[in-house]
Amino acid sequence: MRLVLPNPGLEDRIFSHEDLERMEKEEAEDRPKWDNKAQYILTCVGFCIGIGNVWRFPYLCQSHGGGAFLIPYLILLVLEGMPLLLLEFAIGQRLRKGSVGVWKAINPYLTGIGIASMLVSLLIGLYYNTLLAWILWYFFNSFQDPLPWAQCPLNENRTEFVSECQRSTTVDYYFYRVTLNSTPSIADSGGLQWQIVLCLFAAWTVIFICYIRGISTSGKAVYVTAILPYIVLAIFLIRGLTLKGSVTGLKYLFTPDVDELMNPQTWLDAGAQVFYAFSIAWGGLISFSSYNPVHNNCMQDAVILSIITGFTSIYAATATYTIIGFRATEKYEKCMSENIMTLVNAFHLPEDSITASNYDAALNHLNSSSPDIILGLHFENCDMQKLLSEGVEGTGLAFIVFTEAIIKMPGSPAWSILFFIMLLCLGISTLFGNIEGVVVPLKDLNVLPKKWPQEALTGVTCAVAFVITLLFAQHSGIYWVTLFDDFAGSVPLLTIGLFEMIAVVYIYGIDRFNEDIKFMIGYKPSIFWQLSWRFIGPVIILVILVAYLVTEVQKELTYLVWDPNSDDFPSLASVPYPSWISAVIFLLAGVPSLTVPLYALCRLVIVTCKKKKKMSETICQLS
Amino acid sequence: MLDKILFLLCLASALADERCMPDTPHGFQVRLSIKTALGDEAYAWNENEMFLFRATLAFAMRNHMTGQQFNVSNIVVCDETERVSFWFIVTSPLDTSQLIDQENVEAAIRRSRNRINSAFLLTDKTLEFVDILPTLGTPYVHPTPPWLIAFGVVMGAVGAGIIIMLVSSAVQKKLKTNKKPQDKDEDDEEETRVKTMENGVARDGVYNMSFSEDERFTAM
Repeated sequence: MRLVLPNPGLEDRIFSHEDLERMEKEEAEDRPKWDNKAQYILTCVGFCIGIGNVWRFPYLCQSHGGGAFLIPYLILLVLEGMPLLLLEFAIGQRLRKGSVGVWKAINPYLTGIGIASMLVSLLIGLYYNTLLAWILWYFFNSFQDPLPWAQCPLNENRTEFVSECQRSTTVDYYFYRVTLNSTPSIADSGGLQWQIVLCLFAAWTVIFICYIRGISTSGKAVYVTAILPYIVLAIFLIRGLTLKGSVTGLKYLFTPDVDELMNPQTWLDAGAQVFYAFSIAWGGLISFSSYNPVHNNCMQDAVILSIITGFTSIYAATATYTIIGFRATEKYEKCMSENIMTLVNAFHLPEDSITASNYDAALNHLNSSSPDIILGLHFENCDMQKLLSEGVEGTGLAFIVFTEAIIKMPGSPAWSILFFIMLLCLGISTLFGNIEGVVVPLKDLNVLPKKWPQEALTGVTCAVAFVITLLFAQHSGIYWVTLFDDFAGSVPLLTIGLFEMIAVVYIYGIDRFNEDIKFMIGYKPSIFWQLSWRFIGPVIILVILVAYLVTEVQKELTYLVWDPNSDDFPSLASVPYPSWISAVIFLLAGVPSLTVPLYALCRLVIVTCKKKKKMSETICQLS
Repeated sequence: MLDKILFLLCLASALADERCMPDTPHGFQVRLSIKTALGDEAYAWNENEMFLFRATLAFAMRNHMTGQQFNVSNIVVCDETERVSFWFIVTSPLDTSQLIDQENVEAAIRRSRNRINSAFLLTDKTLEFVDILPTLGTPYVHPTPPWLIAFGVVMGAVGAGIIIMLVSSAVQKKLKTNKKPQDKDEDDEEETRVKTMENGVARDGVYNMSFSEDERFTAM
């Protein structure tokens, strides 16, 4: 006898198997449908494979023991990611509704899960599209030679370069000053950066046209947005391998450090990465699979998607690190040749007497013969390991490290265009899932009228979202984006995922769920799936959630700012958040997480009030 | 007489040599990095190259101080090293005991820097005049920022696409609503609304009379 919480009236709220068969035969459903299976798989692949695969996974891999990181990653992919994926696919395909509809059907008190998914999708979609706006800006600016981030502008006297650019690098200056015009603090708004506003407008319009008729237009767009990144990554991989220093990068990425497996942080990061990579708990996957025919083999889909996601993460990491290795080698060689030049100039030796290979020997010899001259010279510290590990995560990877590598490659504009188109496609295909996870629940909750055509629904959502994202177009926008990234996309997703598993296994009933899957694909899920749904999955998520909360609470609330007046410049300075940021963090992380219990509570209160009112009315009538 | 002239010349040249020394306040240090600039095609630095240098510098001085006929002999070089670096001073053509001051020499070099560089197939960085900062080349400023052009193209395409989509769905809807009342008039003669009982649930069905009428009369 399985543990199932009492759930009266479930049969009335969902289609029975006979209804589903009939609907399938008559094609009487008025829901949108996928044109073919390929569209569905490509949409899911595009949704799961996002910018994070390019700029988060390689960083985690390299910082947690290289090749050894693949072990916890793949283990958790199979134990945590795949079961949750099948859970969302199966429940959407079976109940044939969007995320709010599915949870409402299971139990009206659980509607909060759907609302939380919608809120999280909305918050993530807002800052994700801002990243796309920045990528669009760089893309538009790639159509010139030389690229604008290759040179510093001159100051007013035209005697030398602008001091901010001189002290940092051209790419840093271009990103923080020319593109964003960042202020030194999140509290300092500084007005709107109009070119970012234009790019935001462009980004939202592109999303609007791709999703204008729902999945019938986005389903066609994914043929490009889901496949193009793979082609571009292949081009970068081949080009990267022909560049000098690429193998250094690959070695740095994949050299296994088995000791890291003992570090619990490695497993935590691997689990969190699997969770976010699969876009679970956003609500989009449930929606997408509800457009499938009833007997679609969702188990096969879940396995295929997991394999593709795992493979793509490793593939993207390889391609990225060949380029990172090339950039690090170039910088290292430049640093070394500057030191050699200093030495050669000071001692008036012929140019090629000192090379990189005999530099150390020559330095020692000269130091012993004339130490006083050596003392007066200034040598740069050339550290290859530092160059390989700096700035290789998040926006730093795309807008600073990669752009710097690109200007060193011959034919820079072409490479820049390719790179930013790839990031655009990765981002747009993830945003399709996002928009789906926002528009469909809004329709189901009757916030948007059901009678409106799909164009109007998409249009209104995109317009409202554009106005809200103007927050990120301010001069302090980058700090807001980082804030959203850290808090809106972390704890809420874990809590929603946990609730989803509990709801399906213990409220919908694992027996009923198994029967549904048997009805849909012809056989019951094996013992592996049973164990992971009932015990392993929830335990893993709970552990990650608790560990995350514990570490976050202990951390000081600080953030990194671009401040030309700080002492650390050109490094980003670490500054504490202003006090009112706690309210914002609560809105971002707390509200979606607490929606589930809050909604259940509110509903309980309203239902009891109604019951009491009804009872008092009948008593009045009787008496 | 000849002895005296010879003695004066020696003295003059000796004086000139004394004035040319490392860290002289009247001259500049030059550093050439030929191998860095040209790699395999680097030429060897020899007396002829030095002669060319002195000639080029004399040319630069002539360009700057018009009227004065500088000669190769007015450019005095000393302290040549293996690095290929040396110091030089410039004497006035009118009076070899007079040295041209640093500001004039610097101005002359700045003016003709490009010509001096190209005589040696080198750049500002590889033919270094220590303490003379190269004038920075102004980055090319486009008349219209190219990003606006790209932005305009993309927005134009997207805007056109949106209009086409909206218009086509509006047209489709209009065709549908136009067809519906027409179809209804035509079908009324051929169809009767029949309520069929199916699975105990009353369902509205449409019985196509035109089809069934043909069956009543068997073909001859």
